[in-house]
Amino acid sequence: MNFRSRLVPLPINNVDTDQIIPARFLKTISKEGLDKQLFCDWRYDAEGHPKPDFILNQPRAQGAHVLLAGDNFGCGSSREHAPWALLQFGFRAVISTSFADIFKQNSLKNALLPIVFPAGAHAALFALVESDPDTEVTVDLAAQTVTLPDGRAVTFPVDPFSKHCMLEGVDELGYILKNEAAIRSFEAQRVGSIDTAA
Amino acid sequence: MNPRTIIEKLWDAHVVHEQAGAPTLLYIDLHLVHEVTSPQAFQGLRERGLKVRRPDLTVATTDHSIPTTDPALPILDKIAARQVEQLETNCRDFGIRCYGMRSARRGIVHVIGPELGLTQPGMTVVCGDSHTATHGAFGALAFGIGTTEVEHVLATQCLLQRRSKTFQVRVEGGLRPGVTAKDIILALISQIGVSGGTASIFEYCGPAIRALSMEQRMTVCNMSIEGGARAGMVAPDEVTFEYLAGRPHAPKGADWDSAVARWKQLPTDDGAAYDRSLTIDADRLEPMITYGTNPGMGMAVTAAVPDPYAVADLAQRDSMVKALAYMGIEGGKPLLGHPVNVVFIGSCTNSRISDLRSAASLLKGRKVNPSVRVMVVPGSQQVKLQAEAEGLPEIFRAAGCDWRESGCSMCIAMNGDQLQPGEYSVSTSNRNFEGRQGKGGRTFLASPLTAAAAALTGVVSDVRTLL
Repeated sequence: MNFRSRLVPLPINNVDTDQIIPARFLKTISKEGLDKQLFCDWRYDAEGHPKPDFILNQPRAQGAHVLLAGDNFGCGSSREHAPWALLQFGFRAVISTSFADIFKQNSLKNALLPIVFPAGAHAALFALVESDPDTEVTVDLAAQTVTLPDGRAVTFPVDPFSKHCMLEGVDELGYILKNEAAIRSFEAQRVGSIDTAA
Repeated sequence: MNPRTIIEKLWDAHVVHEQAGAPTLLYIDLHLVHEVTSPQAFQGLRERGLKVRRPDLTVATTDHSIPTTDPALPILDKIAARQVEQLETNCRDFGIRCYGMRSARRGIVHVIGPELGLTQPGMTVVCGDSHTATHGAFGALAFGIGTTEVEHVLATQCLLQRRSKTFQVRVEGGLRPGVTAKDIILALISQIGVSGGTASIFEYCGPAIRALSMEQRMTVCNMSIEGGARAGMVAPDEVTFEYLAGRPHAPKGADWDSAVARWKQLPTDDGAAYDRSLTIDADRLEPMITYGTNPGMGMAVTAAVPDPYAVADLAQRDSMVKALAYMGIEGGKPLLGHPVNVVFIGSCTNSRISDLRSAASLLKGRKVNPSVRVMVVPGSQQVKLQAEAEGLPEIFRAAGCDWRESGCSMCIAMNGDQLQPGEYSVSTSNRNFEGRQGKGGRTFLASPLTAAAAALTGVVSDVRTLL
């Protein structure tokens, strides 16, 4: 995973998954068609028209792959519709100082990269985008770096297993299924199981 | 062996496989499934030709997108009806027990798990729902997962997980009249913020926690996620065993005795260390209410809303200004007396029989303010039956409340039970996010007692003045 992109700044802390995709859209049985619902209540007015002042409706957001978000992005529910909607809009990474646990796991499982920046670098990046909206960065998962326009690279942490899965296209379910012998031997020694069918 | 916390004991007991560089493969004892976060997971199984590995450890119900009106009538929302049908088809195709629309055991997934005795101490419990933390009240390691992970558990009964940090929340003293379990958890979250527990699991302990009933412990554990923690636990004790004994899926006879003996080994060892600890003094707690747009924006109901301009951190100030603008309230002023349009008593946080009794105790023989619409939504059909046996619906109806069928209802507003834009609710649910209870709706989170007080007065009130 290595790409260059403009940044879409969303300088709001604690963005919850109800904002990323409101619950009324979770009645679908599909993963598809969620891009229009991304940030729906911030993005459209009561009549369903795009609000021109919301960042996703501005030309700079079109074709951009990196969302630059405030602290603790993705708090709230476990809905995987949140990363699905972000990906379908075109995002491939979100940069924040921190992510809520379930959102982070859901993102990694869909190859939406949650990039944690130190607070200083995070604030500096917001300042940079404010001064030049066309600022582009290069995200390199293998090197775990985000390279800024001046050539400086900010390194970020990523779970080594998730990185391996994303870079090599490893299917996590396939990996778990290969542990059949271990699962069977664990099951053989379990005590006090329930039976939901009883 | 070194002294261990209950969190570590449960983790260690469920390790299937460990490999350098990879997360731990953890076994799951109970998988709860509902209509909203499972269809894409079942679709994944079909595409791969996989079966559900342990249907006997899996149970499904329909709670999020269903109406709370007469369950014998068809669901009018075609998209919701399709989703509910899909759950029933999936359960039939994959051999999973499903408590569907017409089942007497149907209810909110986090209400029926404990109610049926499926949730037991020492278990790992998962569900595609962040409020799975509720089941931690039994000394279970219970956490919410996404749909990809739902598919993993359906196929393998296992999950790849990294160990969490341990966070001890000690609650000293005892609660004063009018102050409830809900106020403990709202107070904790207002102290640590909505990301204070990120990457951690809470263990709630101390005399004020021991004094809580199982249903009250569930209320506390339920909102662990609102403090950023994936799970929250209370070590099992006699209160736990007494609650479980005789429930449909609880062990019986000699199995019960050996289960209790095992469960008694679970509490944290003396001298075990936590990554972080925090103490709350229950004696000093007051009824709590939230004023903003996340559950961390909470305060004593008698307090003034914090003034954003007194906050030094600019990002935090901006968030508060935005939240108060959405809520249409001013910093520096009290919330007491603020008009309320809707009162919602329900949700996986506060819809159990003791919650309904608590609200009914205040409403009995009184009338709700005519300016307020009050919805009371039991957590399950079993809770509804019990309430009917105790005459609670008559109390609610006589007071002017709407008594409904069970479901998630206006906590998540997927089913048509919702606020109109601009309306204010006092809600016993768990999230006050923008639009959570309906687009443009504004939520004050509080206990069933504080909600009932607002129902009577039509404004945000201190329940202690009505006791």
